[in-house]
Amino acid sequence: MSELLLGNQAVARGLYEAGVRVVSSYPGTPSTEITEYAVGYKELYSEWAPNEKVALETSIGASLGGARAFSAMKHVGLNVAADPLYTVSYTGVNGGLVIAVADDPGMHSSQNEQDSRNHAKASKVPMLEPADSQECLEYTKLAYALSEEFDTPVLLRLTTRVSHSRSLCNVQERQEKELIPYKKDPQKYVMMPAMARPRHVVVEERTRRLTEYAETSPLNRVEYHSKKIGVITSGISYQYAREALGENASYLKLGMVYPLPVRLIEEFAAQVDTLYVVEELDDFIETHCKKYGIPVIGKELFSFCGELSQSIIREKLLNQKNDFAQLDVPVPGRPPVMCAGCPHRGIFYALKKNKAFVSGDIGCYTLGAGAPLAAIDSCVCMGASIPGAHGYSKAVGKENGKAAVAVIGDSTFMHSGVTGLINVAYNGGNTVTIILDNSITGMTGHQQNPTTGLTLSGDPTSKVDLEALAKAVGIGRVRVVDPYYMSECVEAIKEEMAAEEPSVIISRRPCALLKNVVHKPALSINREACTGCKACFQIGCPAISLYDKKASIDANQCVGCGQCVSLCRFGAIKGEE
Amino acid sequence: MSKDVTSILIVGVGGQGTLLASKLLGEVVCDQGYDVKVSEVHGMSQRGGSVVTYVKYGEKVYSPLIDAGEADVMVAFELLEAVRYLPFLKKGGTIVVNDQKIDPMPVIIGSAQYPQNLLEELTAAGVKLLAMDGLAVAAEAGNAKAVNVVLMGALAKQLPYPKEVWEKALTKVVPPKFLEMNKRAFVLGYEHP
Repeated sequence: MSELLLGNQAVARGLYEAGVRVVSSYPGTPSTEITEYAVGYKELYSEWAPNEKVALETSIGASLGGARAFSAMKHVGLNVAADPLYTVSYTGVNGGLVIAVADDPGMHSSQNEQDSRNHAKASKVPMLEPADSQECLEYTKLAYALSEEFDTPVLLRLTTRVSHSRSLCNVQERQEKELIPYKKDPQKYVMMPAMARPRHVVVEERTRRLTEYAETSPLNRVEYHSKKIGVITSGISYQYAREALGENASYLKLGMVYPLPVRLIEEFAAQVDTLYVVEELDDFIETHCKKYGIPVIGKELFSFCGELSQSIIREKLLNQKNDFAQLDVPVPGRPPVMCAGCPHRGIFYALKKNKAFVSGDIGCYTLGAGAPLAAIDSCVCMGASIPGAHGYSKAVGKENGKAAVAVIGDSTFMHSGVTGLINVAYNGGNTVTIILDNSITGMTGHQQNPTTGLTLSGDPTSKVDLEALAKAVGIGRVRVVDPYYMSECVEAIKEEMAAEEPSVIISRRPCALLKNVVHKPALSINREACTGCKACFQIGCPAISLYDKKASIDANQCVGCGQCVSLCRFGAIKGEE
Repeated sequence: MSKDVTSILIVGVGGQGTLLASKLLGEVVCDQGYDVKVSEVHGMSQRGGSVVTYVKYGEKVYSPLIDAGEADVMVAFELLEAVRYLPFLKKGGTIVVNDQKIDPMPVIIGSAQYPQNLLEELTAAGVKLLAMDGLAVAAEAGNAKAVNVVLMGALAKQLPYPKEVWEKALTKVVPPKFLEMNKRAFVLGYEHP
């Protein structure tokens, strides 16, 4: 039966059908839903790990134990997991091991647009790339067969448009896989130098055999139509090219993007007049072709940045442009903002008041960098906020500049923040770390983490005590504030910035969108008292806007949090009594 | 360009329910036996930002994207977003629009203005415009949040599939608790003049 499945949902179905037993992941758009759907299958054990390195290391252990195992992550998450990845490539597997990595060309929800195919090549791990939901399901199952046949982990590369598109999918029954008995084998599984050196030779031989496999694998498919134009492509780029060019071109669709075939590409090249490589981000396939002297046209036409589309390909290859209408009015941008009632708003307002250098991190609160709060000075990667603030204050010193404050969410603090905090305490830093504890992983859509007291399955579990943890790593000054009380937050931050030792402020208030959070009735504006001074707009709440020269509160959005009340000198913002 | 593919663009502001709307439409056309691709919006863009989802169906659909000049119909949950994505519409295409205005942050803080007379401007651009006060209709159905289903009701009137197919799809995508209210919202949208 055909079902309309999300790409990520189809990967999860593939895990189920392949008899996978253990799933360990960290959420990251666009990969998150794979694990959220996987937990729906009771035959699989699924968990959220604190970060991608831990997730992959857990899956490696499960594979050693003889089970088919899986981890999902986004592209920047694979950087975190790169350390175990490059070595599990050497050890190989016992039970099949597959790692899904979801790239984000166009940066819909990411801080860079890295091309993870480079990780496949660099770690010498084969990579498959599906182009729609049906292939997501099939390639996931095939990846396990390859993993066990070639004794290697396998990377499954997704991109936003594959992960987050629904297309028709045929589902089948689960095939149970018995545990493969574990045999002690330190030569294979203990990677110290003497044992790792021969394993590198094994890996090179494996890559040679995989290249042979790529020459004839059904994953790599030729479609001959008109031979005037030939296109080598993979993944979603195939779909764009196929729609743009139809039967005016022939296609070599590569389902396996590492290692790449040589003879197959040569044969295809010999059949067509002009050969193009159509690929998003890096010139990965193009470089391979040129290495073997196969003349192709690629990045001369296409950008290294952003997503492709059928129109870009149509324009570049056929010189055809779509016709469309446009209005001659300026359309203001609509950037994403922190939600009405978001507790992080109070802290950012307080930071702005205290004029701190704010070292930011990855999560909803990164939106605090936007106007009008504009309260963040830097944002690099998960966990970078605390070391960033530490480095800044070591370089600049309080006497020469603004004091450095790090802001980091509870989930990100668990992911890779705590090591940065240990470094601050250990090396005599003097920074303020604000843990924005909204009791959930907010940005990716409410996943549990070690501070929430619930597992991925929703079962009660141990809960990290952030106050005790901060003290345990050596921070003497630890305090908790409620961000809804803004003047107290301003004072707390002021005191900690002035202190002569490092401190942690835990700003605790659950995400306003959580279902168990009870809201107060919406606030309203007393139009007689309102002078239209716009002071209340400075908090950047999307529920407050200007109507007929006075402030107005949208009752559908307002959750009655009251953070705006203290901003009005005229007492014009009132709640329902 | 495959002529046998129908492309429908759903645009709005993050939080308005474009994702559910695109799933609903996806289920309806899937039920009709078409090949279908629905490209959804997840993650950062959901936080009150401008969002766009694509639904394409026909004999065979390759790309999940709709590019400039390719959409047959646009359903806009907010007026300014209709104007933002107008270039995606084919010339002479149809727009089903909720005439609600939601100020984006640059407008709230006074660094930009919400343009005036957009309905008139859109009409002058030569599109078939079906405007409605979706918020009022949703309130009539019992919940302002059902504005997405109201608009899908209005879209359903423009497409050749019977109401029952839509109601069946609603049952699939809406949680049982909200089903009756959403069915009312759909019918009110469908029957809106």
